Amino acid sequence: MKFDRDFRRKLVNYAMSAAALACVLIAILPLGDILYTSVLNGAKVLSVPFFTQNGPIPCNPKFQSGCAFGGIGNSIQGTVLLILLSAAIAIPIGILCGIYLAEFGNNRFGDSARFLADVLTGVPSIVIAVVIFALFYLASQQGIISSNYVLSVLSASVALSLIMIPVVARTCEEALRAVPISTREAGLALGLPRYRVVSRVVLSTARSGVITGALLAVARAAGETAPLIILNAGNMFSFQPSQGLHQTTASLTYSIYEWIQSPYPNWQADAWGATLVLVILMLGISVGARLALRQRYGGPGH
Amino acid sequence: METAPVAEGVSRRARPKYRALGDQLFQYITGATTLVVVGLFVLIVVILIQASEPTIRAFGLGFLWGQVWNPNPTTLSPLVFGALPAIYGTLLVAAIGMVLGVPLSLGIAMFLTELSPGLLRGPLSFTIELLAAIPSVVYGLWGRLILVPIMATTVEPFLGSTLGHVPVIAGAFAEPASGYNGYGYLTAGVILAIMVIPTISAITREAFLAVPREQREAALSLGATGWESTRLSVFPYARRGVLGAITLGLGRAVGETIAVVLVIGNTYAISGSLFAPGTTIAAYIANEFGEALTFEKAGLLELGLILLAVSLVINIVARLLVRRGGLRAVGSP
Repeated sequence: MKFDRDFRRKLVNYAMSAAALACVLIAILPLGDILYTSVLNGAKVLSVPFFTQNGPIPCNPKFQSGCAFGGIGNSIQGTVLLILLSAAIAIPIGILCGIYLAEFGNNRFGDSARFLADVLTGVPSIVIAVVIFALFYLASQQGIISSNYVLSVLSASVALSLIMIPVVARTCEEALRAVPISTREAGLALGLPRYRVVSRVVLSTARSGVITGALLAVARAAGETAPLIILNAGNMFSFQPSQGLHQTTASLTYSIYEWIQSPYPNWQADAWGATLVLVILMLGISVGARLALRQRYGGPGH
Repeated sequence: METAPVAEGVSRRARPKYRALGDQLFQYITGATTLVVVGLFVLIVVILIQASEPTIRAFGLGFLWGQVWNPNPTTLSPLVFGALPAIYGTLLVAAIGMVLGVPLSLGIAMFLTELSPGLLRGPLSFTIELLAAIPSVVYGLWGRLILVPIMATTVEPFLGSTLGHVPVIAGAFAEPASGYNGYGYLTAGVILAIMVIPTISAITREAFLAVPREQREAALSLGATGWESTRLSVFPYARRGVLGAITLGLGRAVGETIAVVLVIGNTYAISGSLFAPGTTIAAYIANEFGEALTFEKAGLLELGLILLAVSLVINIVARLLVRRGGLRAVGSP
């Protein structure tokens, strides 16, 4: 009897270990397949013109000959513009919040702000997008801003910056908190005022952590599609700097979303190409940022 | 009483006025920025309520259980907005995602903390984290072009011909009127399961790592097998963190937009079959918003308000659980 029971326990043990291993393999499978298929299909359209030309025009190769493939020139331009604008709003604000939370935030207000920031990282981006739409729309009704800005690269950037701010603030706070108290004390002992200790000593010690957090936030914004569907739904042409920020622009994520739903094979081929570029970009940022973080703080798993 | 003026003098000399002013200013500027950000997010709720006021007035609470969304009234069909199909789809798809995703994530966390050889641990958890770095539109594209055909030709007919004949659950696996075309609740749920894995497994792993080694050793020293020590000493200890992780994953599943909209079939209906096309709140907003007129936009904003309320509740519960569990989970999606 005893033997049977022990045997069964061992069997369960092995079965559970095997199941856990299977879970890991199952999870890696889609990642591997996404990488594999986007390289396989994306590499077919990659060429120099693909990076410089504007998106494809509607053209069905079944009925027309010589359909142009088009490219992602204006999509890259739009994505870069969106990132620059939203980062310009979110990173300074996020870092100021992060400094407050790390240096002065050990009180009830700091606790609630920290909690709110954590909760907000979980609010769906589509909700942020419709809120910004409503905000800009109500503001234009009141005559505060021109109604041209309601659907524009500007409103989309504001929405993306709202998504970024909590991420920047919390990662910045964590990076600052990781700086030892003794470093601060050394600065204070030299007679530096607190603000100089923070801005010169603590921030520069935590620099790589802060930059990493900002990079992760940028990656998150660059991968967003939902706010762009609502606020900045594409443009077949490139952004004209002389015409201001009330234009809409193309962007990598929105172009993929648009092209994949089209009936034209060349658009779908372009969608794979854009996907390959986007995936390389995102994995690059993510891997780089995570490696830098781990090297610095020796996070879990090392 | 004599010492008081002296003490005051000393403290003044030690902290010159300009310096105190600089520090004060610094604290005020950073504090004011934080306050503005907090205020802004409170404003979000107010704006969303204000912007959806027209439909809140028109339909009242009936909006929540109405089953029809008709922005183009005719003599036969009145103008009416009801959210139930979108709410139903949101909950169903999230539930499928959790049913498939949670066991996988727990298995991954268990493997990484309890079983994996040390050498593999870092690279493996790194690889799982990369799942979080893939943008949702890429999951959508992969789902639409790779997963949907597989579901249509293999998975759905198989499930339909087996589970579709089991009493009680037969309805859930019945062939829909549109046939097995791969677009529907199940495919969206499968995509969500993949997408919640990095969130749930990362925080669960952290919760498992926070279990003191003595806990495991105590179980092992009593003769428990590896699995028994995990089940008896690790799971109960990490329970709160794991619950928080699952709730965070649920929050992500409920709000996911792009990956869902590309594979769910976008039909505003309530269907019992998991293979049937449907929609979710987020997907319906994304699909309709661009072409909606002002009044319908108010209805879509009210849908957004519902989604905001749901995700706020889920995320508040999740953060409380994660925090009580002693975990940080900073900036995790």
